[in-house]
Amino acid sequence: MSKQAKPPKPDELAKSIDYKPPKTNWMETPVEFKPGTYCYGARPKYLEAVEMPNPREWSPADEDWKLPENWKEIVLEGMQDRLGKYRSYKLFMDICVRCGACADKCHFFIGSGDPKNMPVLRAELMRSVYRKYFTTGGKFFGKAAGARELTEDVIKEWWYYYYQCTECRRCSVFCPYGIDTAEITIMGRELTNLLGLQTDWIGGPVANCYHKGNHLGLEPHTIQSNIEMMCDDIEEITGIRIEPTFNRKGAEILFVTPSGDLFGLPGVYTCMGYLMLFHELGLDYTWSTYASEGGNFGFFTSNEMAKKLHYKIYAEAKRLGVKWILGGECGHMWRLVHQYLNTWWGPPDFLEVPKSPITGTVFEHAKSTKMVHVAEFTADLIRHGKIKLDPSRNDHLKVTFHDSCNTSRGMGIFEEPRYVLKHVVNHFYEMPENTIREKTFCCGSGSGLNAGENMELRMRGGFPRANAVRYVNEKYGVNMLANICAIDRAALTTLMQYWVPEVDVCGLHELVGNALVMTGEKKRTMDLRLEPLPGVEEEEEEE
Amino acid sequence: MGALFSFGAVVVLLLIPAIGAGALKMHSLFGVVIPYLAVVIFLGGLIYRVVGWGKVPVPFKIPTTCGQQKSLPWIKHSKLESPATSWEVAARMFLEVVLFRSLFRNLRTEKTPADRVVYASSKWLWLGGIAFHYSFLIVFIRHLRFFKHPTPKFVSIIESFDGFLQIGSPHLFVTGLVLFGAAFYLFLRRVFVPAVRYISLPADYFPLFLIMAIAGTGMLMRYFWKVDIIKVKELTLGLATFNPTVPDGIGVIFYIHLFLVSALFAYFPFSKLVHLGGVFLSPTRNLANNSRMVYHPNPWNYPVKVHTYEEYEEEFRDKMIAVGIPVEKEPPKEEEEKAETEETEGKE
Repeated sequence: MSKQAKPPKPDELAKSIDYKPPKTNWMETPVEFKPGTYCYGARPKYLEAVEMPNPREWSPADEDWKLPENWKEIVLEGMQDRLGKYRSYKLFMDICVRCGACADKCHFFIGSGDPKNMPVLRAELMRSVYRKYFTTGGKFFGKAAGARELTEDVIKEWWYYYYQCTECRRCSVFCPYGIDTAEITIMGRELTNLLGLQTDWIGGPVANCYHKGNHLGLEPHTIQSNIEMMCDDIEEITGIRIEPTFNRKGAEILFVTPSGDLFGLPGVYTCMGYLMLFHELGLDYTWSTYASEGGNFGFFTSNEMAKKLHYKIYAEAKRLGVKWILGGECGHMWRLVHQYLNTWWGPPDFLEVPKSPITGTVFEHAKSTKMVHVAEFTADLIRHGKIKLDPSRNDHLKVTFHDSCNTSRGMGIFEEPRYVLKHVVNHFYEMPENTIREKTFCCGSGSGLNAGENMELRMRGGFPRANAVRYVNEKYGVNMLANICAIDRAALTTLMQYWVPEVDVCGLHELVGNALVMTGEKKRTMDLRLEPLPGVEEEEEEE
Repeated sequence: MGALFSFGAVVVLLLIPAIGAGALKMHSLFGVVIPYLAVVIFLGGLIYRVVGWGKVPVPFKIPTTCGQQKSLPWIKHSKLESPATSWEVAARMFLEVVLFRSLFRNLRTEKTPADRVVYASSKWLWLGGIAFHYSFLIVFIRHLRFFKHPTPKFVSIIESFDGFLQIGSPHLFVTGLVLFGAAFYLFLRRVFVPAVRYISLPADYFPLFLIMAIAGTGMLMRYFWKVDIIKVKELTLGLATFNPTVPDGIGVIFYIHLFLVSALFAYFPFSKLVHLGGVFLSPTRNLANNSRMVYHPNPWNYPVKVHTYEEYEEEFRDKMIAVGIPVEKEPPKEEEEKAETEETEGKE
């Protein structure tokens, strides 16, 4: 693999953004594989591990992609099959009027100016082929009807741009017909996967998740030891020893979170927050080393792969005999739990309607899937006054909240995290209204794009988000970007270092953990990052 | 390029009836056969398209949620942006179809000289769209007077509103002008907004030119090259009652107008104009955000190969036992001892 391309300096990158389209018509403008803007091709071992078709060594920069002999047939049959399975796909191929309302809503367009990143054009890349092979007008009138031949160059273009869309759905908020480019990107990825054109960054986690239970490939003993290390830190901070359980049968609740919370910073701080909260509540819950992934990179591959990877959650809940499932902070995990999981593997009638053992609240809105979001769970606790909080421990932080794409536009969880935030911090500031809630901007690295080799692309895609953070940083002195997504925690950290280095990134439950007053704890002098709490430090020095 | 091509196509469509009905006097063809054919194609085509979409399953419940989900009772649920019941979905769809609610959200993204981006409200496209669609609707309703005798009451009422300016004789209908103007605005937008020009296809210009030509010929006929309205109504009522007659002496401008309308009808189902039917079926808008409450079946859900817990434990049993994670199947004695030794060694 070639050396990773470094992105240009932030001010150069910002200056380079130009929204003026090129002179040549898009159909005549070939795709350019510029280092730093695409991911590596998947190594064959990853595809072989999950029996995906056409594994081989290949690189997107190569002239020859070593496509299988009958690649065209495979793609066209794949399209035909999916046009008959997904109404969204068929309808969104047919009804776009190219009004252009979506054009400047995509973070990749705003950060790159590349017209093929306008959602409408991203979709036209596919529609033009659809017209040629599946509509009468396209067959007869060809280019005049907006149709074009399917060629190897088209496949390259698809690959480049469908792995340059984070399926964030922001365009679909503004589209008068609700056309969702994510639905088209999902198909673009399914089709390219039929040809073995996976990215390495998605292929690896998929293979890991299938065999080892989680994207990071953490084996059972490692999961346990990672969590125990967090417990060591918690003991140092609070004086309280937490003894979480793993794969325990008969627990009331199974807790499932993205594996990003188990490894790497600042994800583990969020995880420490969960551990402290559940301990303080005396919650009868268990971790699972088998269902050790809430996220699902399979979704960035194909529907079938996504379904395979998300099998484990209900299966494990059944094996352990829990009553219901609590889910951690994660973006695409919750899109899938909310909109897909039950359809794939449910309804899980062996579980009970989730009921908080602490407040008695019955989570009616999750009565079919039996899965509750941890922000819903915690908001309910706070509402009922069941936990003691000292928000002043977060007083050194001026916090803003990043709504994750998936939980915003594929679930609608806006108030719960804000309610929690407002009770655990004293300084909370919203970013401008056109950049939050349903209009929130992607971190630029979702849907499997958070690799290292496409850094320029990621910094461009995250530009609108960073731009809004910089606004509140300058206006209110915001220095912490809270969120409820594991990929955000990793991706926004890099994004902030690049665009707004004054701002750090954390999960919601890290702030909860800081503020949580635990029974029998010692006086807190450190936050969950083992950094001294500013006010307390001075006090101690005086003493 | 696309605009010129489409303009040429509409000019050809103008010439066909000018020659056919004007010079060659094929009045039955242009006054009866083609209009009937066009309506059949329109209705048949529209049904074909909508049924075609309807036959494709909706495997997952994927509404785009633009507001707070229904969750805890004390959290205010956004019924319109995140509908949880069929009624709420109906309300969301109503606003979408009738008021173009999503388009109303439109923003303009701009880069400042300091290389920041800002977002400003931008309602022009929404306004243009509303003006275009509603004037078209009223023009369409007004034309019902040609197909029903006596003229229905609501048509007369709409006409009186439409002609409220009371300019000229016959009174000027505002909607005809608005329709032409809005279509022209949408055309100018395509030409002058660089991003929109870049994405525009001939199929985007063609219906605009066609509709401008229809509105133009209609207004010409009403205000300038007047035709014998009694005879026109005789022909149109004949069409509506399936008793077609072709009176002599209707000006050729009428046949041109009628032919262009026929062309629009026939073109409609097979073009982007079919969004009229499609918007109702859009899964991101017409589904409830209640997927954790109500099970949504996928008709083609098929079994897939999975990695079971048993396979997982088989691979990691020793490691699990070594750290005290419970397992389903205890290993045979020997291995257990071995595992214990390893554990002790590890501790040392």
